[in-house]
Amino acid sequence: MELNVEKEMSSFEAHQDDSLKVLVADDNDSDRLILSTIIKNAGHEVVCARNGQEAVDFYIEHRPDIVLLDALMPVMDGFEAAEKIRVLAAEEAIPIVFLTSLKDANSLAKCLDAGGTDFLSKPYNKVILTAKVRALGRLRRLQSVVREQRDRLAVHHEHLIREQEVAKRVFDNIAHPGCINAPCVRAHLSPMSVFNGDMVLASRKPDGGMYVLIGDFTGHGLPAAIGAMPASEIFYGMTNKGFSLQEIIAEINKKLAHILPVGVFCCCALVEFSMDKNIIQVWSGGLPDLFIYRPDDSREGGEIINVPSKHLPLGVLSAQRFNTEVQVFEMQEGDRFFLWTDGILEANNIKGEMFGSERLVDIFNKNHDSTKIFDEILDAVDVYTGRQEQDDDHTLVEITMVPQEEFDSYFGEKKQEKLSQKALGPMDWCLEYTLLPQTLKDFNPLPLLTHVLMEVPGLRNHSSKLYTILAELYSNALEHGVLGISSGLKTTAHGFAEYYRQREAALSKDFEGSVKFVLRHKPEEGGGVLIIRVEDTGKGFDFKGFEKKLSSKEGYCGRGIPLLLGMCRRFEYFGTGNIVEAEFEWRI
Amino acid sequence: MAIWANESGADNKLTIKIQGRFDFSAHQEFRDAYEKANSKPEGYVVDMSETTYLDSSALGMLLLLRDHAGGDTSHIEIVNCNNDVKKILTISNFEQLFTIK
Repeated sequence: MELNVEKEMSSFEAHQDDSLKVLVADDNDSDRLILSTIIKNAGHEVVCARNGQEAVDFYIEHRPDIVLLDALMPVMDGFEAAEKIRVLAAEEAIPIVFLTSLKDANSLAKCLDAGGTDFLSKPYNKVILTAKVRALGRLRRLQSVVREQRDRLAVHHEHLIREQEVAKRVFDNIAHPGCINAPCVRAHLSPMSVFNGDMVLASRKPDGGMYVLIGDFTGHGLPAAIGAMPASEIFYGMTNKGFSLQEIIAEINKKLAHILPVGVFCCCALVEFSMDKNIIQVWSGGLPDLFIYRPDDSREGGEIINVPSKHLPLGVLSAQRFNTEVQVFEMQEGDRFFLWTDGILEANNIKGEMFGSERLVDIFNKNHDSTKIFDEILDAVDVYTGRQEQDDDHTLVEITMVPQEEFDSYFGEKKQEKLSQKALGPMDWCLEYTLLPQTLKDFNPLPLLTHVLMEVPGLRNHSSKLYTILAELYSNALEHGVLGISSGLKTTAHGFAEYYRQREAALSKDFEGSVKFVLRHKPEEGGGVLIIRVEDTGKGFDFKGFEKKLSSKEGYCGRGIPLLLGMCRRFEYFGTGNIVEAEFEWRI
Repeated sequence: MAIWANESGADNKLTIKIQGRFDFSAHQEFRDAYEKANSKPEGYVVDMSETTYLDSSALGMLLLLRDHAGGDTSHIEIVNCNNDVKKILTISNFEQLFTIK
């Protein structure tokens, strides 16, 4: 039986890969010889030392895989040598085995307490000795594999962190927060927000309003952050080109539905702020109720108007089934609009309970000073969760309604484009563009027309005014002219909602008619003149009476005309009031 | 968290029941529940009677089930939701995609 075991062992021992370097330290010459012979015969390399000091020296010189130390030796005993070798080996977990002729439990325990991996009792049993050396070899190899993997993981981890930092910079450039630094906007985002899937975008519209978008992608990390890139590009690109809220949200949804895998989506709200009209329009999908907070100076708290999500999150529905219906709210100066992702409501305390909407509403109800409520919310959540601001993952945005002039003043005058007198570009041209019913139904011609106008050198500086003129004239021609909706509706908040409802209803039915644009540009000394003529097939209106009212300054808010009068050199109605011409003059 | 799937013979519907928190840790098990079904059922019932909570990845999993069941032509009922669960489904307007009872 024993023979068989030995045979199997020798075949195993012959294996080159299993060969180890073993340091043997024993002051007894014969013991040392026996030990080293047995180990050599088992196919290992042996280094011999005669005392503890030599063992330490040889350890440094030969870096063995296993160390066998006699416990009691002259010059330096095994325990001290073991301690020194452990220090030298640092994090390499070198197996150290004590050789001892002592048999009592305390002495053997002492060997292990002193940092020994194991002990071997004298006299040596060849079978046990070789098996033990082999087992320790396996342990040693396992340890080095673990260490290698740990080191590799550490390198990977560091690499990943660096990659994330670079990615974060790329994100910050693309998904930049736009005009979020305007004084009427406050936003709180966690420093690594792109990697928790939250985004906040804000951009001033060409007509002087503002869009704010808050988004929360499913999941965390890079997969959640990837969708923020196209969303942001579409948001800023389309805003600059004068697209409507509905067109922008539809385009972002279309893109996300296309690129995100099923099951990944973006809870999102896109809000249009019109400071001049004191109106906001909201598209919200998959987010908790947003709040309009109307502070009441005479008492604690104020009024909260809930703005519920009416839609599925972005990226779920196909373009065909996507619904762009918005909610319209009349606002007052000083109203504050709050946007958040579910991070605030779901912020956990140490017991795993959520912050919840009751605690949130309570903050509003106890508020004294509406300028402080933003910080009150953040503080309350921080106190509740017991976390520092740096490692939160909640996103909060507040927009205060301010007068249009104040809002405009945040941005100052845009730097004028430097322009030579002999500017290259189209200066004298005429464009006629007629929109027929099918096109009127679902196409917005303003980006296209603005694009043509922006080709004129120098006109770019006036894009905001031009956009306003085109937008007002077009909506008058389509809504009051072709569709015949009364402009009187727009005087109250309820009327506004009714107006949008009628507009949508009228557009969904079949109708006749067209809107024709004629744009004519000619150069003048140091600038140029643009004549915008808009003609619709509607009934027209009593423009003579209207002009009289205007001149007597009775005020008339139905058609946004007083605004345009201030921008145009000439503004005239023709026909039955179905034709209007506006002459816009510009200088370098 | 535990998930059971039960194919009932009568109306050929597959019932999936989720116990406890329905979150990302349920991902594989939830998928197995409908992907490993023996036959193609005509409809699905997601029983939330013992579901305490769901997060956005659970909503994602429901969308995956919907996709598996044929997208716009799928028939999926989500039943026995507690108030918290119902609130999350409502906020996300999932009643536009699923029959929620």
